[in-house]
Amino acid sequence: MTKASQFPITRRALGGLGLGLAATGTARAQDMAGKTIEWIIPFAVGGGSDVWARFHLPLLQKHMAGNPTVVIRNVTGGGSINGANQFAQRTRPDGLTIMGTSGSTQFPYLMGDPRVRYDYRAWSVLMASPTGGVLYVRPELGVRGPADLAKLQAAQGLKFGSQGPTSLDIVPALAFELMNLNVQIVFGMQGRGQGRLAFERGETPIDYQTSSAYTSQVLPLVREGKAAPLFSYGILNAAGDIVRDPNFPDLPSFPEFLKAATGKDPSGPAWDAYRTMFVAGFAAQKFVVVPKETPKPVQDLYRATFTRIFADPEYKEKRGTVIGEYDEVTGDAAEKAYAAGTVMNDATREWIKEWLLRRFNHRLG
Amino acid sequence: MVDALLMALTALASPERLGYMALGVLIGYAIGVLPALGGLAGLSLVMPFIYGLDQVSALAMLVGLVAVAATADTFSSILMGIPGSSASQATILDGFPMARRGEAARALSASFLASMIGGLVGAVILTGAVLIARPLILALGTAELFMLALLGLSMVGVLAGKSFAKGLIACGMGLALGMVGTAPATAEYRLDFGLIYLSDGLHLPVLVLAIFALPEIIDLARGGGTISRSADLGRGWITGMRDIMTHWWLVLRTSSIGSVLGAIPGLGGSVTDWIVYGHAIQTEKNGQFGKGDVRGVIAVEASNNAREGGALVPTLFFGIPSSGSMAVFLGGMTLLGIEAGPALVGSRLDLTYAIIWSIAIANVMGTLLCFATSPLIARLTTVRFGLLAPFMMMVVCFGAFNNNRELADLLLLLGIGLLGLLMRRFGWPRPPFVVGFVLALPMETYLYQAVQFYGWDFLTRPGVLIIAALIVVFAGLGIRQRRLADTEEDGGSTDTGRRQPQAIFAVIPVVLFAAVFIDAMGKSFLGAVFPMMIAGAMLLISVPVFFKLNFGRVGGSLFHDAEAKAKPEDGSFWAHLGWVIGLVGLSALVGFLLANTIFFLAFLRHAAGCTWRMTLFLTSIATIGLIVVAQLLTLDFPQGLLQHFFDLPWPLR
Repeated sequence: MTKASQFPITRRALGGLGLGLAATGTARAQDMAGKTIEWIIPFAVGGGSDVWARFHLPLLQKHMAGNPTVVIRNVTGGGSINGANQFAQRTRPDGLTIMGTSGSTQFPYLMGDPRVRYDYRAWSVLMASPTGGVLYVRPELGVRGPADLAKLQAAQGLKFGSQGPTSLDIVPALAFELMNLNVQIVFGMQGRGQGRLAFERGETPIDYQTSSAYTSQVLPLVREGKAAPLFSYGILNAAGDIVRDPNFPDLPSFPEFLKAATGKDPSGPAWDAYRTMFVAGFAAQKFVVVPKETPKPVQDLYRATFTRIFADPEYKEKRGTVIGEYDEVTGDAAEKAYAAGTVMNDATREWIKEWLLRRFNHRLG
Repeated sequence: MVDALLMALTALASPERLGYMALGVLIGYAIGVLPALGGLAGLSLVMPFIYGLDQVSALAMLVGLVAVAATADTFSSILMGIPGSSASQATILDGFPMARRGEAARALSASFLASMIGGLVGAVILTGAVLIARPLILALGTAELFMLALLGLSMVGVLAGKSFAKGLIACGMGLALGMVGTAPATAEYRLDFGLIYLSDGLHLPVLVLAIFALPEIIDLARGGGTISRSADLGRGWITGMRDIMTHWWLVLRTSSIGSVLGAIPGLGGSVTDWIVYGHAIQTEKNGQFGKGDVRGVIAVEASNNAREGGALVPTLFFGIPSSGSMAVFLGGMTLLGIEAGPALVGSRLDLTYAIIWSIAIANVMGTLLCFATSPLIARLTTVRFGLLAPFMMMVVCFGAFNNNRELADLLLLLGIGLLGLLMRRFGWPRPPFVVGFVLALPMETYLYQAVQFYGWDFLTRPGVLIIAALIVVFAGLGIRQRRLADTEEDGGSTDTGRRQPQAIFAVIPVVLFAAVFIDAMGKSFLGAVFPMMIAGAMLLISVPVFFKLNFGRVGGSLFHDAEAKAKPEDGSFWAHLGWVIGLVGLSALVGFLLANTIFFLAFLRHAAGCTWRMTLFLTSIATIGLIVVAQLLTLDFPQGLLQHFFDLPWPLR
């Protein structure tokens, strides 16, 4: 798997150099005038991925050469597996159908869910969109930072409301593992909102939210002294390291937190698992993909379009509520994120399998 | 607070914003009139257009749409017995019998007025409660939510109809089907047979259409004639208004209940619907509920609109949408750059009030629109049913596959529809079935979570005890009232029928519960304990009922077969089911669009005996209508084998 996905990176790396120059030329050569582009979103209307796509939709129409019509087609089922399967099976490589994936599309693929009939290696990435998250606890625990980790480890009755063992919430569960915390994980939360509600009601003393929900919903609680943030998950920098999240410059990133608490850089199979899942679920959460066979000029047309979108002042002004202050990327950077977020080595997969069974009595596949 | 309220009203008072609201109301009305589309479809329709609008205008439009969809969906509930949305099913129980009696006008007028008042009461309650809503909601933990689910379940007592045992089993069947899919505590798949479609659980809108609407259509098609048994609609408009004045206390009560329950995140609109309907039966004297009691319509419709207002509370203040349409509303807000959260009770309180009062104004606009158009629409009940039936079938199918846009939706519709048809025939009440279905997931989830969070001590929490007391009081009231009259029976108790068919049918629940039990045996403890408890208990009830129906003396409350009184000239019980099977089967071969066209041609020409001219005319209307709506909603029709082998252009794709 690793080998196969390395190949397009090198190819793209060469092509990427000329992107700036080539972009205008290709755009003129390729024109989408009068065409209708279908954007498959394997999630329901109104959900995070749907809103994300709808935010980009008018910008895509405005900036793509020929101003095509873009429509969003929501194909739901199986937590996005259904839509991705259909995309994999039915899409013609003409660039008129694109798909937006999310962490819930990456996860079952990475963990080898038998219902998955799609392969990220058969797709090319046009754009990658990151997000982040913040973990916070009840102030009564008296835990303010990495120095208090021992206190947190000794705390009784730590509970966390999770959406399921293989959901996005596997990332904090793995973080608890790395922090050596004794957390009782309670499943069945429908959405992160319910997890936060359980925290606010005092049912769980530890919770996390993705960045935008943290900013709008939890920050007011922090100001009232009802919640204390410990760390952000961080973001992936160009070198592939996890660094502080620019949305929360005052919070350490998770690896930073771990290092400060334990004195050494995190490593080992649990860390590898955490890192892969974190990238697939947060740092490279959403991708726009097309079948790999799509002609390169068409792919580059999209890449040039996204480059123009990211430079649009309107985009910058309005992205806050939808994306947060994260930089979406295309071209080379997107390839890198794609490789990091859609590849898991076999040892890590085995470790996760074994861990899910040991920790939650949950059998994969 | 007063400042914010005044600011909001001033902002709303601009003609431009009222114009956008009216536009939202118009779209919501059009969508609402089409059954089973609901506000969700409407919202996704206007999403692209809100982009360039200012926040208040866009919100006014979105709210206008949501608010009126809950009023306009009454048309199909009352006039055709097709639930207008999955969260307003109870309206059909009394509304449709009224329409059949020729009282469509009265039912509609009472329902619209109740809706309007409900919406206004909801807005008033919200205005006052905005500042205390957050702490109130946070006081309700998982333990209390579990008890509220139990409160909903206790309504089975009054919804059970003639035979309590059958009511319980029907509820159990709903619970069993509600457990299909992902187990909340362990994420194991239950009864999914390896299918992605089933791993998501069965979809409520499909189930509701199947269990209520399909049997009604088949029955009507068989009987022929018109929906309304009397030709003229009568002067019911005034009577309906008078009904509201007579039952003002019921309207106030149910509006308040709807508004409060709607505000509780994680309960779901459908539960509220049945709690309110059950409440009406429990507290109103001399009810003829289920046979066309106007109070059934009033109670449900008043609470529906109040609930939409209440549902804004978790959406706006916690960012937790309590329904599909609220999820889209929340998505719309995000696109407009408004973030849900505590700020909406603080610095942006004016925006909250603008939203709340948009609801109130939109409700009034919507009611006027519904009143203005209803004399025309109510005429449908006097149209020969043969002409109406294919359209109703099409609409029901469309409503069903609009959920997942798959053939599986149609197969589920057919399967559950057949179950509903037989339940109707053999006097197994369908409302408890739906109550069980909608409560299965919340009950299991909240019970498990409450035990995890509080241990079994959760039972002694004050909130739990208060709700428990409420359940006892209302169940006690319910015992003193008449139960829901059996919807399927026309009075008289002589139609106990032959033994054999109902004895055979009684094996279905037994098999279902056994399947749930056996499936659960392969799961881990937390994934198995709830289904095993339910299925085990239900086996204890359903097995004796099965034996009684097979070997007991014929008679009593257990035996019932509507066919005992069937007129031979109407033809076989199964005949019209064939049309439904044909439509679904043909869809599996050539896809829905082609199948529907062929179905229209065949049905109109042969079953309805139309001229070729009329047949072609009506078929073209149907096909063009389908294509236009599909285009607007960006959807593909369910595909058949044909599409599997050949790559056809849209809309045949």
